[in-house]
Amino acid sequence: MDSIYSVIFYVFAFISVYVQMFFLVTFLQKRKQIVYSPDDLKLDNYPTVTIMVPCYNEEKTLEKTIKSLLSLDYPREKLKIFIIDDGSRDNTWNLMQQYNNNPNIRIFHKENGGKHTALNLGLKNLESEFVGCLDADSFVHPQALKRIMKTFESNDKIMAVAPSILVFNPKNIIQTVQRVEYEMANYVKKMLGFIGGIHVTPGPFSIFRKKVFDELGPYRKAHNTEDQEIGLRMQEHWYKIDACPDAYVYTNSPDSIMKLHRQRIRWIYGFIRNLIDYRRLLFKKKYGAVGLLTLPSGIVSIIGVIFLFLTITYNFFKFIIDKIIQLYTVGLNFNHIFSFDWFFFDTKIALFLSIVLYILVIVSVMIGRNMTREKRTFSFTIIYFIIIYAVVAPFWMLIAIYNAIRSKESSWTLEVERRARNN
Amino acid sequence: MHQPEPNNWRNYIIVFFVTCVVFLSALWASNYFTNKKIDQLRGVEDKISIDLLSSETQFSLLQEMSCKDISSTILSSELNNLAEKISYSESNIGTENTDVISLKKYYSLLEIKDYLLMKKITERCGDKPIFVLYFYKNNDCSDCTKQGYVLTSLREKYPNLRVYSFDYNLDLSALKAMVSIYKVPDNLPALVINGKVYSGFQSIEEVEKTFPQLKATEKKPAVKTPSKTGLDVLTQVKDLINPPSTNTDVPVAPTVVPTVKN
Repeated sequence: MDSIYSVIFYVFAFISVYVQMFFLVTFLQKRKQIVYSPDDLKLDNYPTVTIMVPCYNEEKTLEKTIKSLLSLDYPREKLKIFIIDDGSRDNTWNLMQQYNNNPNIRIFHKENGGKHTALNLGLKNLESEFVGCLDADSFVHPQALKRIMKTFESNDKIMAVAPSILVFNPKNIIQTVQRVEYEMANYVKKMLGFIGGIHVTPGPFSIFRKKVFDELGPYRKAHNTEDQEIGLRMQEHWYKIDACPDAYVYTNSPDSIMKLHRQRIRWIYGFIRNLIDYRRLLFKKKYGAVGLLTLPSGIVSIIGVIFLFLTITYNFFKFIIDKIIQLYTVGLNFNHIFSFDWFFFDTKIALFLSIVLYILVIVSVMIGRNMTREKRTFSFTIIYFIIIYAVVAPFWMLIAIYNAIRSKESSWTLEVERRARNN
Repeated sequence: MHQPEPNNWRNYIIVFFVTCVVFLSALWASNYFTNKKIDQLRGVEDKISIDLLSSETQFSLLQEMSCKDISSTILSSELNNLAEKISYSESNIGTENTDVISLKKYYSLLEIKDYLLMKKITERCGDKPIFVLYFYKNNDCSDCTKQGYVLTSLREKYPNLRVYSFDYNLDLSALKAMVSIYKVPDNLPALVINGKVYSGFQSIEEVEKTFPQLKATEKKPAVKTPSKTGLDVLTQVKDLINPPSTNTDVPVAPTVVPTVKN
């Protein structure tokens, strides 16, 4: 049992260190290629762009989102904004009326059908060469679009560009640790962009060439994570996705542990289900880094976090049970003298590997901060991030896996029933 | 029209080697500290061994003389401390590790020697401390853990109690001889208290009931005693025979307040 445990641990530790090292090596090789645009950036030409804003009960944040889009530094006549109300039950539709006469804005209303249906309605009415989406809980930096269009201009093979997402004005510890996570994610995304391994074109302000949808079809429901599905679909057809580290999008992140919990269950559930749908990409060298690095490392991180959590829980309960047995056997004992001895300091290989991994995480966050041109370097929020995510992440991962298995079972039963009926 | 990009195999291989180097470094660091610990244990064992040998020699030399001249450097607390470290090493370095096994064998031998010597000294000098030989095994023995707690607690309560613990399954001929001399059954945990075998778990109350003389030596928390080492057992033994008032030539005695007198 012990040896099986050790083998599992070392395999996971190896893959985790490997993936982090891969990003670090990529960064060291390509750091000169990360270009930052000047404020007075000029493009050779300004293609037409449509930004779709799907809304469902977004009365609180919609105006700010639209205002930020209207403030984009991009020629007015080249920019269209589609605000699509997906059957909101609040005041969103009324609020949208104020934009009715704006020549840059078109508003749509439809029955509630999910985010992908709202986006597809926008795609149907599209007349521009480029299209993007901005969730109504996010807003953009004035230069974001120009910088993204510059990335497209640099290589006509690039089919989609993902921005750098930052947590807007974190007010509490939950949002602060998410900011750290997003900073790390921005670094990872750019590195994946270099090696062709981006598997998700995030909802906030990823921009696509229109022909992506012309050729590959519209958005799909994709287990409520349509932004992951389209990313994988593009990768399956070798459409190049890149990231633009200085195109900033600010997002309102969940401000409570339960909201975060729900968001992550959806993301991870979506990841697992999309992974199952696109399992043919796994470990295939013709699909490049997505199949060899991104998806496997996603699986490893989910299983690894749960594995680590179960180990800690097991040890914790073992310790408690041991103490209870001791209490029952000999009662309370205050005679024992506690003395610190370095001898009892754990020096197993696991300790050193954990130190290496945590250092790599800290380095990733700091590179991420540097890449998004933030002034901050090291701060204790990185430590909070590691601690809080270690405690809460296993729960959403376990629930997401449970949900993924359960819904698979139900669809399987459905299939069996259908087969039985046909016979 | 869209072509797959060629994989950068060079990077995959470079990173593989870098990761291997990281792993080997972690392995090296872990081994380095483990060896340091084993060396430390071996050092402690050697020191105890020299102390024991010195006491034995002293005992043989002074066989014909009075008990008051026997000074001892056997530090039972050092043995106890060593026991703790060895059991920690067992759970962290591994029970199968040859270094750990050899440390444990050495430790068991030291215990047996200490036991024999203490028996001789107490026989000659007339006192009757209580010797407990405790046999346990590491696997499938939940009572052994409990018995360990009981003995630790008893030892803290009664300094006159001398506990020697042995891994029943340790492949050591001297230990096997002890097992057969005392006819220790394999129903563990088993205790041999002053030569009599008790098999199965013994609670604090049971041990106290069987050996009422323990009560007489109970350590009273109200009495402020100077820090105790293993020396105090010997000191107490000697003080019983030669009260401190007449004992002016034993340098260690005056610093210890013999609890038996209170």
